[in-house]
Amino acid sequence: MDNTTPLTFHFAVDGSDFSSAGEASVQVKKILRDIGFSADVIRRVSIAMYEAEINMVIHAGGGVADVSVSPESIVIVLTDHGPGIADIGLAMSEGYSTAPDNIRALGFGAGMGLPNIKRYSDELNIESELGKGTKITITVKP
Amino acid sequence: MVRVPKLQSLSSLEVRNMTEYKHSVSLDVSKCKGCITCLKRCPTEAIRIRDSRATIDSNRCIDCGQCIMLCPHKAKKAVNDKLSDIPFKKKYVIALPPPSLYGQFANLDDVDYLLQGLLDLGFDHVYEFARAAELVTEYTRQYLKRTDIKHPVISSACPVVTRLISLRFPYLCDNIIPILPPMEIAGQIAKKEAIERHPELHESDIVTVFISPCTAKTSYVKNGFAGGSSSVDYIVSMSDVYFELLGVMKKERTPLPVSRVGMVGMSWAVSSGEASALLNDHYLAADGIENVIKVLDDLETGNYPFLDYIELNACSSGCVGGVLAVENPYLAKVKIQNLKRYLPVMQSRYANEEISSMESRYSAEQTVYQPAQKQKSDMLTAMTIMKKAQIVYSELPEFDCGACGSPNCHAFAEDVANGNAVLSDCLMLGRNKKENKADDNNGSDGK
Repeated sequence: MDNTTPLTFHFAVDGSDFSSAGEASVQVKKILRDIGFSADVIRRVSIAMYEAEINMVIHAGGGVADVSVSPESIVIVLTDHGPGIADIGLAMSEGYSTAPDNIRALGFGAGMGLPNIKRYSDELNIESELGKGTKITITVKP
Repeated sequence: MVRVPKLQSLSSLEVRNMTEYKHSVSLDVSKCKGCITCLKRCPTEAIRIRDSRATIDSNRCIDCGQCIMLCPHKAKKAVNDKLSDIPFKKKYVIALPPPSLYGQFANLDDVDYLLQGLLDLGFDHVYEFARAAELVTEYTRQYLKRTDIKHPVISSACPVVTRLISLRFPYLCDNIIPILPPMEIAGQIAKKEAIERHPELHESDIVTVFISPCTAKTSYVKNGFAGGSSSVDYIVSMSDVYFELLGVMKKERTPLPVSRVGMVGMSWAVSSGEASALLNDHYLAADGIENVIKVLDDLETGNYPFLDYIELNACSSGCVGGVLAVENPYLAKVKIQNLKRYLPVMQSRYANEEISSMESRYSAEQTVYQPAQKQKSDMLTAMTIMKKAQIVYSELPEFDCGACGSPNCHAFAEDVANGNAVLSDCLMLGRNKKENKADDNNGSDGK
């Protein structure tokens, strides 16, 4: 078997069931643990992916997550067909949130999602088009 | 065709870098039917059915006792010392009864009768686990006030939980309070006090016997977690002692020993008792191994920002729900509630220095992350196996029936990739999932 092709995983993130939000991140955490990545890498990946996954559920009604793993990098691509981000610069600032009240009541919506993803990842790329959707690419390098 | 079970050889290979972990769950081969009850419910997927009997991967087993509790054929057994193993005549023997034992008896309104019963069984002395538990409570209250610690603090009392964290939760290892569990502290104090009372005794003349509600405490002692050797010498099953006690607890005369347990120590028998005694509202208490795993998963992702303390009990309802306990845990809870009613909050007083110095006397080694799986050095191998498992999985029907001897299709795919099973072990292989989906779609056509 070829060692150079990365290991890939595909997850459908259900936007209709908020209680299951975050499950894909837990799956990825388990996979990384089984492969033997260091605790720090696992921590960074699971926080960054968790935040992005929650965002997708809160704002975009779900989407898909594609994860590719190699010893050199872990790349997570989250794609949704939600409303898109109007001002990415503003969305990246700490404390800015457009989460509805019912979501805030659960403790989310502190405006730390995207800033946290940036903090815990090595590369973050956001492509978004209003009315079309958002594609977030997170790279974590062990 | 008889296949040689490869799982055993695998586990012996995998443990070459670690010392073999001694478990306290054993299997009576003659009783095991090879059914899938334990296979499907093992919380760490440590069980496989090979050659019509269950095998346990000792690297994954956390001694939670679920399989013992669930086995319909009573093939899974707890391994404990028997009362007859204890050198009652040769040594000074101290019983360490936990408060969960107090909750086992109907009509027990005074713990002293139970303690007297233990003396009547041949023990020379009784030291109550609850007293050590109260010390730990006092210590934890002080510890939580420190500013240099990681929050939330996780209790070190349940050995299943600490082992689970060391196997699967690298980022929570340093959340565990670095103090020995009450059982260990109880053993140490009991021995120290015995020598103070009887200066003629040498340390080697004294043995301590813990009366355990669970299998995990046995493993804890056997594996010498407490920085080398445990202060507990024998562990006997609570159910064994229960039946012996029934015979001697006649309430015919006034008992000699006087229980020193308070409400705080008594509360440790049931879930959330330990945490509520901290007089700090910012705590979470979860019980039952599956709930515990769920909480730890969430905790590791950082979902509990405002908590100071986490109490986790692998057994439902807490220690009264242990597999070696006799009484229905909910009834035991009621009994503990009743016994607590007229107790002082605590019966022992400790000076502040005594509590703060516990750190040096009873400090536990930091829990270390020791995953059951591969180490970093063979990450590429791990990934290659995972790729192989993905390909195998795509062939499988996703029924998760367990008939192959692995707990679900994912685990089976991994087993095949690791060379511990062959694809043809899947009895449902012919029933390809794609065909099933096609069948579903065609269902309304009435073919």
